[in-house]
Amino acid sequence: MKLTVWTYEGPPHVGAMRVATAMKGLHYVLHAPQGDTYADLLFTMIERRDHRPPVTYTTFEGRDLGEDTAGIFKQTCQDAYDRFKPQAIIVGASCTAELIQDDPGGLAETMDIPVPVIPLELPSYQRKENFGSDETFYQIVKALARPMDRTPEVTVNILGPLALGFRHRDDIEEIKGLLYEMGIGINVVAPFDATPEDITRMGAAHANILMYPEHAETAARHLERTCGQPYTKTVPIGVAATHEFVAEVAQICGVEPRKDLSRLRQPWWSKSVDSTYLTGKRVFLFGDATHVKAAARIARDEMGFEVVGLGCYNREFARSIRDLAKDFGVTPLITDDYLEVEKAIEDASPEMILGTQMERHIGKRLGIPCAVISAPVHVQDFPARYSPQMGWEGANVIFDTWIHPLVMGLEEHLLAMFREDFEFHDEAGPSHHGGHAPKPSENGGPAPQTAVTHGGPAPQTPRDISGTGNEAGAAQAQTEAQSSGSDVMVWLADAERELKKIPFFVRGKARRNTEKFATEQGLQEISLDTLYEAKAHYAR
Amino acid sequence: MNTPASIPPPFKNGGTCRDTPVLKERGQREVFCGLTGIIWLHRKMQDAFFLVIGSRTCAHLLQSAAGVMIFAEPRFGTAILEETDLAGMADAHEELDREVARLLSRRPDIKQLFLVGSCPSEVIKLDLTRAAERLTVEHAPHVRVLNYSGSGIETTFTQGEDACLASMVPVLPSTDQRELMLVGALPDVVEDQAVSLLTQMGIGPIRVLPAPRASDTPGVGPNTVFACLQPFLGDTAAALTRRGATMISAPFPFGEEGTTLWLRAIADEFGVDDETFDRVTAAPRARARKAIANASAALQGKTIFFMPDSQLEIPLARFLTRECGMEAIEIGQPFIHKGLVGPDLDLMPAGPTISEGQDVDKQLDRVRAARPDLTVCGLGLANPLEAEGLTTKWAIELVFTPVHFYEQAGDLAGLFSRPIRRRALLKLEAAE
Ligand code: SF4
Ligand code: SF4
Repeated sequence: MKLTVWTYEGPPHVGAMRVATAMKGLHYVLHAPQGDTYADLLFTMIERRDHRPPVTYTTFEGRDLGEDTAGIFKQTCQDAYDRFKPQAIIVGASCTAELIQDDPGGLAETMDIPVPVIPLELPSYQRKENFGSDETFYQIVKALARPMDRTPEVTVNILGPLALGFRHRDDIEEIKGLLYEMGIGINVVAPFDATPEDITRMGAAHANILMYPEHAETAARHLERTCGQPYTKTVPIGVAATHEFVAEVAQICGVEPRKDLSRLRQPWWSKSVDSTYLTGKRVFLFGDATHVKAAARIARDEMGFEVVGLGCYNREFARSIRDLAKDFGVTPLITDDYLEVEKAIEDASPEMILGTQMERHIGKRLGIPCAVISAPVHVQDFPARYSPQMGWEGANVIFDTWIHPLVMGLEEHLLAMFREDFEFHDEAGPSHHGGHAPKPSENGGPAPQTAVTHGGPAPQTPRDISGTGNEAGAAQAQTEAQSSGSDVMVWLADAERELKKIPFFVRGKARRNTEKFATEQGLQEISLDTLYEAKAHYAR
Repeated sequence: MNTPASIPPPFKNGGTCRDTPVLKERGQREVFCGLTGIIWLHRKMQDAFFLVIGSRTCAHLLQSAAGVMIFAEPRFGTAILEETDLAGMADAHEELDREVARLLSRRPDIKQLFLVGSCPSEVIKLDLTRAAERLTVEHAPHVRVLNYSGSGIETTFTQGEDACLASMVPVLPSTDQRELMLVGALPDVVEDQAVSLLTQMGIGPIRVLPAPRASDTPGVGPNTVFACLQPFLGDTAAALTRRGATMISAPFPFGEEGTTLWLRAIADEFGVDDETFDRVTAAPRARARKAIANASAALQGKTIFFMPDSQLEIPLARFLTRECGMEAIEIGQPFIHKGLVGPDLDLMPAGPTISEGQDVDKQLDRVRAARPDLTVCGLGLANPLEAEGLTTKWAIELVFTPVHFYEQAGDLAGLFSRPIRRRALLKLEAAE
């Protein structure tokens, strides 16, 4: 038993639902209690599908147990066939039905259903959602795809996009664009929008594009074995990865690696001087292995970030994540426990998190900006606008998405210069993110000024830009200033007048530094001379 | 003798919805299991923790239903059964004891622990009653451990609350006091309004089940009278009756009329005179009527179809037909407890189909044939029906939003009129 509040992945039958819902003309008969239908709303709400998932649940109840749950299954299966007339049916058990051991596959076999019925074995107590989708797609392909003559022109299948997939809808379009530029035709895209009949035609393609290893690697391997189709190993997320992908596709398909880079803006955006401030930003990466691997490379090589931690929640890919971590010189984190992720993030104290919906919340809690790079995601990451992750446009989208939560370059510069000034103090947060701006420091309001002049508690993270360069020292100096009663410091009239000539956004800092200097000198009054001596002192 | 606040009209053909034969269906049900009750119960009971003994599915359901609440250190969790628990390699009871001990040591604020059964734990016949007894002894006197089932094979959605409250009844302290107990977990603001109205009539002492904290647990005995705030509390009502308490039967407090009749029934039980009753209720009644009139303009003459979800359907249909001018085509409930919703059924003339249970595809056929102006249904059905051109009101909101009593009557009508107003407002046809 393991106490859990949040899970990165659902049970495997949800993975099977994602395949079924992605497809057309396929129906899933799921042996499950009432209540498991909750999963429908993931599709109708989060992904905003305009139809019900093609899933019929047997909905057995307590009083049916020990009686004829097998009969209920067969009846449900027959009714579902009669009503929906699908081209093929997949049958399986949810976690509860797995325990009552009715064997949906065997039961369906004894029936007279005139279309292929594909049984699924999804061990609910060992495996999870991604396994469920990979296995389901594999079983469908295994049951329906056959070797056949190649298409006369060069075509490929695109494997892996699913329902409830992070940006799958738009990634497909990007891949199609990349292939189009090389003159490669599309045979079948699956599971997304494919029918069982389409699956039977898969053998005609010359090769397979494996978009998401999590969801289709087993099927790709199977097709390689049975239909002799090579499949791509590069996932084209990021500029370099997309170049490599194009080269790989060109090579396995025997075509020219032609590409149209006219709309690729990411490299210039990243080179432009406004991006200089991104250099060495410490980022932490977490999500599914495929997206983390791609993101790590983009972060380091295309954004100039420093990767300070990385990991994934899907154990199936643990080895490749360990290798990656070694390459990046960080400790890999393979876990599905978000508390461990939170701990690792806290320890690494990154300036930015790239993760899932869960890391977004961890980021919120720790006050660290976050961008989403991987499922599981919430409704806002199924956007109406075109937003792929793959290909050239994907690179543009990623650049915008990742820097959006960060403070903008010029803005960061201003914040550093005037960080103790009240409009600009650090905690004001990025100006373009009004709704998310963290509260001012706990003692309320524009802390720095009041803190000193009224001897209130010091701001939480007092920083010094005065030239001493040492935060701890500054904090100490400030405390001392308070305890020695800077609020009784008297400003002589000419000093006061001079102070007012200093631009408002540095005035507060000048006042504080001068008072601090005066205190250190044991002065009670500040004259014009004191002001300039202080300025000279801190300019040192 | 008091005059009833609003006399149910003697319907022409004599028939009310109570006499309508119930269409009972089974088949696929598009509903939540009782585990979802945890989402609102854990907010209400501030020192209780709900530990589901279940599978990854159960945890996934809770996280899908709870949304952002997950991130606020909620007082619920799922002990996920693993392969070893099933194969008998590990003693499930030992495992459970260990998880509970770890949980309680981390959360010393917890005074009540509910072990919540799920389909998997029930199918493997994990005896949570015994576990609760054992753990109660082990963690006494600091924590009391109870158990109930929220499984999909036993409970539908709000029945989870019923099962939870019913599990508390046998361990309520005994009392001979004549007290009024209000039963059902309502948002605090609503509960306070109810208590205040009754207090102004001189009724007291008033207790609530569930209490916000274990230390406020009400007593029960032969002089206890109780009124349910929710129509889905059949088992709890029965358990209280077994403890000798008497139920006050009334329509449920939705809308101005429903609230008045509900208060009236309690006032009658406590011998409140007409003058006092009117003095206390006159102003909020007038306010509620006005608010409903404003919010229900878009509902007049519109037809409504309820798919089963929460057992609130019958009382809400009564409110919408009698106070908002709607016409009900079908009123579906997952379960109909006539002992509780009987008074609401009495207030509706025969006409609508009353259905219990569900065969979702057949019911959807009826929805499509009837083309109601508004269909009340779950989130798995709402968008698909909208895409077919039907207007929907998703039902779950009715459980999560304050909707009971006078002050919320306008909001309640508003929940139903908003989708209709929105449909009228959007001019998207040209874009489609
Ligand atoms: S707006 Fe930006 S920073 Fe805020 S939660 Fe969304 S992605 Fe994160
Ligand atoms: S229906 Fe049963 S198995 Fe499914 S989530 Fe509810 S309790 Fe768990």
